[in-house]
Amino acid sequence: MSWFKRTEKGINTPTELKRETPDGLWYKCPECKNVMHTREHKQNAYTCIHCNYHDKIGSEAYFSLLFDEGDFTELDKDMISGDPLKFVDTKAYPDRIKSTVEKSGLKDACRTAYGKMNGQDITISCMDFGFIGGSMGSVVGEKIARGIDHAIKTKTPFLMISKSGGARMMEAGFSLMQMAKTSAKLALLEEAKLPYISLLTDPTTGGVTASYAMLGDFNIAEPGSLIGFAGPRIIKETIGKDLPKGFQTAEFVLEHGFLDFIVDRKDLKDKLASLLAILK
Amino acid sequence: MRTLLEFEKPIAELEAKLEDMKKLALDNNVDVSDAVRNLSSAIDTLRVETFQNLTRWQRVQLSRHPDRPYTLDYIERICSEFHELHGDRTVRDDPAVVGGLAQIEGVSVMVIGQQKGRKTKERQHRNFGMPNPEGYRKALRLMKMAEKFNIPIVTLIDTPGAFPGLEAEERGQGEAIARNLKEMMILKVPVICIIIGEGASGGALGMAIGDRVLMLENSWYSVISPENCSTILWRTWEFKEQAAEALKLTAIDMRDNGLVDGIIAEPQGGAHLKWDEMSEILKKRIISEIANLEKMSPQERISSRIDKFCSMGVVVE
Ligand SMILES: [Zn+2]
Repeated sequence: MSWFKRTEKGINTPTELKRETPDGLWYKCPECKNVMHTREHKQNAYTCIHCNYHDKIGSEAYFSLLFDEGDFTELDKDMISGDPLKFVDTKAYPDRIKSTVEKSGLKDACRTAYGKMNGQDITISCMDFGFIGGSMGSVVGEKIARGIDHAIKTKTPFLMISKSGGARMMEAGFSLMQMAKTSAKLALLEEAKLPYISLLTDPTTGGVTASYAMLGDFNIAEPGSLIGFAGPRIIKETIGKDLPKGFQTAEFVLEHGFLDFIVDRKDLKDKLASLLAILK
Repeated sequence: MRTLLEFEKPIAELEAKLEDMKKLALDNNVDVSDAVRNLSSAIDTLRVETFQNLTRWQRVQLSRHPDRPYTLDYIERICSEFHELHGDRTVRDDPAVVGGLAQIEGVSVMVIGQQKGRKTKERQHRNFGMPNPEGYRKALRLMKMAEKFNIPIVTLIDTPGAFPGLEAEERGQGEAIARNLKEMMILKVPVICIIIGEGASGGALGMAIGDRVLMLENSWYSVISPENCSTILWRTWEFKEQAAEALKLTAIDMRDNGLVDGIIAEPQGGAHLKWDEMSEILKKRIISEIANLEKMSPQERISSRIDKFCSMGVVVE
């Protein structure tokens, strides 16, 4: 019960103290509505200390969780999106990119880095949902492709962390072909007999599920993640009835045979490191 | 009774007029050859003008024309022999995908295509050309068989998308498509993929990884249909014409952007008017593409196939 007391006290923390951490001192779990210290939440790998809800996190958090001492080298750091189709919907695509870059502090929806994980070399590509819903355009495809190239060149295992709503419509045909490109590179990775771990996180849907996310030697997921090809709303409209409880959750996908295991984010690093050590 | 699209109507009206004129002349035994000639050339001019200036949305409409030939219509006309092969060997046979061993001009070929139905009952049976995972797995099974017997593969693409259903998800729609993408990259035999109608998203791509990816003149190929794109970006279906323009989904767009290898011209007025002529064009192209690809070694084909797809994308560094 000690945590509860601290929470109680925390709620009454003078605003002066709160201002010390700009992102707020307290984290309220969207699942169980309990409140905890942000530091505590972070130390718990951004999972709820009460109900184990896995909060959506981005590349920065995953890299600091997985790379030893949070030490990594980022590849293709400055790669940004072009506008090959001069796409305009309610907004011109370059304007959308520009405002998203400003808002998110990210260059696009994927980052690639290499470093050590429990002493072993690894290359990781990680998607950021905060950038246009983690949608897959040319930058995402190219960064993953080069990440796989790097893994092949340095003979290191490749970890892909997916979190995406699917294709990036503003790149239309170019977006679609990123599915082909990444799958081609994975065929080469396979030929090089290097391990490929695909971690599916909440949510992983659309073209990402129908390409690299489902092609791992090990397809694994965080608990409770939404994983599917078609989105639940579209399926509901198609079949004209409500979807069964737990449909398209990681647990559902595991039960149907498309995942090797579900891993708690707190155990992720150690679990992957020992798995990869066996393959050495 | 032919189905007429809005922009086909003025042409059809003139054609009806021409028929009337001919009939009248015959009945009354008068010479109207000058008038017939004039009207005929007016029809030709109008048709050429109409089809040269088609909007992207009009192309989409043509790709879905109810009279447009489907996979089995082509197979019937192109192949001297066709042995349909069924089933994915795991769950069931998916009628939205047909495939089998065939002979085209004496060349053995594995032909696989997405199949739509024409009448209500058949449309339902074929699930409107929307494959389930079993369809993609059947396709892969047949492609592996073709590889085993060193037979080139031809896929015909015509789908409004992979089926977004409950069972499709349970049986791994995403995994089925993903596997095809990877496996088709490394098939040792020549692979020719032709978009004959609709090429919607991953559901199309899952059977469209090839040495030559070609599009019929009035087909479309993109990451999403114009209607769904409109719904997502404009929150209503109303902007489908605009969405079609923005997506740049026609054969010309896709070729100009380097996302497909070529265009197969359709008979004047569209494939739906002249099935036999269209089939003949298709047959000739398939035969010549196979002959060209067979000049390369399997390793050369695989490398250039992989390189081609890996070069697709536009980024700024
Ligand atoms: Zn909680």
